[in-house]
Amino acid sequence: MLLQQLINGITLGSTYALIALGYTMVYGIIALINFAHGEIFMAGAFAGLFMVTVLKINIFLSLILSMVFCMIMGVVIERIAYRPLRKSSRLSALISAIGVSIFLSTLALMVFGADAKGFPDNTIPLIQIKLGPAEISSLQLLILGISAFLMMALEFIVRKTKIGKAMRATSQDYHTASLMGVNVNRVISVTFALGSSLAAAGGVLVGILYNSVSFNMGLMAGLKAFAAAVLGGIGSIPGAMFGGIFLGVAEVMGVAAGYSSYRDAIAFAILVLVLLIKPTGLFGQKIQKKV
Amino acid sequence: MVEMMQNLIDQIDPYTLQILMNIGIAIIMALGLNLITGVTGQLSLGHAAFMSIGAFTSAILSIHYNLPFSLNLLVAGLTAAFIGALIGFPILRLTGDYLAIATLGFAEILKVIFLNLNITNKALGLSVPPPNTDIPMPFVIFFVALVTIIFMSFIHNSRFGRSLMAIREDEIAAEAMGINATRYKLQAFAVGSFLAGVGGGLYAHVIAYINPSDFGFMKSIDILNMVVLGGLGSIPGAILGASVLASAPEFLRFMQQYRMLVYGALLVFLMVFRPNGLLGGVNFTRLVLKIIGKNKPARAAK
Repeated sequence: MLLQQLINGITLGSTYALIALGYTMVYGIIALINFAHGEIFMAGAFAGLFMVTVLKINIFLSLILSMVFCMIMGVVIERIAYRPLRKSSRLSALISAIGVSIFLSTLALMVFGADAKGFPDNTIPLIQIKLGPAEISSLQLLILGISAFLMMALEFIVRKTKIGKAMRATSQDYHTASLMGVNVNRVISVTFALGSSLAAAGGVLVGILYNSVSFNMGLMAGLKAFAAAVLGGIGSIPGAMFGGIFLGVAEVMGVAAGYSSYRDAIAFAILVLVLLIKPTGLFGQKIQKKV
Repeated sequence: MVEMMQNLIDQIDPYTLQILMNIGIAIIMALGLNLITGVTGQLSLGHAAFMSIGAFTSAILSIHYNLPFSLNLLVAGLTAAFIGALIGFPILRLTGDYLAIATLGFAEILKVIFLNLNITNKALGLSVPPPNTDIPMPFVIFFVALVTIIFMSFIHNSRFGRSLMAIREDEIAAEAMGINATRYKLQAFAVGSFLAGVGGGLYAHVIAYINPSDFGFMKSIDILNMVVLGGLGSIPGAILGASVLASAPEFLRFMQQYRMLVYGALLVFLMVFRPNGLLGGVNFTRLVLKIIGKNKPARAAK
C-alpha cells in the first residue's frame, strides 16, 4: 500500500518537477516568475493531443514535436512580452507574464472548447507490472523514464556544454557575464526554449496519465510547480527536481490518508511551513545582502 | 435624507449603478493592496484571501446575527486585519518572491479550507441577505470608498507613510535610520487586510451570493493588476486602475468570447509601452499646482 502510493507519488511528482525546472531556470537567470509557464504546459498537452488524435502521429514523435512547438512558443513569448521589460521593474514583467497567461488560456478555450479532452485509449498499451506488493503500470514506468531522461539531458546541457556554462555564468551575474562576452540574449532564449520544452513534455505526460487535457489545466499545475521550485530553492535545478517529487509524493500520500478534499492545499501548506523554517527553500543559497 | 438618496439612485439605471458599485469596491480593494505592494513594496499575491475572510465574516454576521451594517463591516474588516497580522507576523520575514509565493500559498490554503467548512456552506457558497441598513448600498460604498481615499492620502503624507516608503526603497537603510521595518510592514499588512475585509463585506452584500472559489488566485491577480496598471504607490493611479479594470468587462462586452483574449493582450501591451503603469511617475500635487499656476499670469511672470 505504502509502496504503491510512493510509486504513484513519484510519478506525479516527476511531472511537477518537469514544470518546476522551467520556473527555476528562468528565475535563476532573469529573476522573473514566469506565470505563463503553466500555460505553456497546457499548450504542450494540446499540441501532443492534436498530433496523436488528428494527425495520427506516433506518441513518441508527438512528444518530441510538441516539445519543439513549445520551445518556439517560449522563445517568441520571451521576445514579445518579457524582453522589452527587462530593464523596468520586475512587477511590470510579472503582470506582462500574467497577461500572456490569460491570453493563452482563453485562446485554448476558444480553439479547443471548454470540456476536457482525452488521449485515445491505445496511445500507450497498458501493462501492469507486479513489483512485490505493489503494481507499476507501463504508463507510469514510461513517465518516470522520460522524466529521468529529460532531467539528465538538462543536467548534461547545463554542466557540460558551452551554452550551459554561459547559462550558469549569466545566472550568477548577469552584467559580468555580458561583459565577459556571453551573448546574454541568446542565453535567455535558450533558457526559455529548454524550460518550455520540459513543460511541454510534462503536459503530454500528464495528459496521458489523467487522460484529460483542458484549457485550465495550466493554472493549478503551474502554481504547484512554482511551489515546488520555491520549496527546493528557486534558481536551483536539483532543488526543483527534489521539490517536485517531494510535493507529488506528499500530495498522493495526503489523498491516500483521506484528505482528498484538501488535495490542492497540501502542496502549499508544505511550502509555507518550509519557508518559515528555511526562508530560501531547501537547496536555496542564502542571499547575502550588501549595503 | 434616506429618501433623498433613494430618489437619486432611482434616477440612475440599475446597470450603470452596478458598474459604479463594482468600481467603488475595486477602489477600496486596490487602495488596500497599494499600501502593501505599492507603498511598502511587499508583493502580495493573496489579497483575495483577505477579501474572502471579510466577505464570509460579513455574510455570516448578516445571516445569523443581523448586526447593524456599519458594525458588521467593521467586524469583517477587523477579522481580516487580525488574520492578516497573524499570518503576516511569520511570513513578513520573507522577502521578495518568497513572500509572494507564501501569500499565494496562504490564499490557496484558505480557499480550500473555506471549501470544506460547514459554516461557509462548503462548495455551495452562501446566499447573503440584504444588509441591515436604511442607507442605500451605493451610498454606503461611495462613503466607504471616499473615507478610504482620504485615509490613504493622510497615510501617504504621514510619518507612518514615509517610513513605509523608506522600507520600499531600501529596507536595510531604513532600519539603519531607526525604522522598525518588521513592525511597520506588519502594520501596513494589517491596514491593507482591513480594507480588503471591508471591501469583501461590501462585495458579499452587493453580489448577494458568495462562493470560496470566487476568491481564487485570479481574483488576487485582478486586484494586483489594478494597482500596477494605475501606477504603483500612487493613490490616483490605484483609483484609475480600479475604475478602468472594474468597468473593463462591461466595455469589452461587445467582443463576447474574445473579451479575455483582448484583456490578456492589453495587459502585455500596456506593460511593454507603459511599464510603470498609466500614472506611474506622475506627481499629482505638482501637476495640479502647475495647472493652477498657468491660470495665474502674475505668478507665471514672476
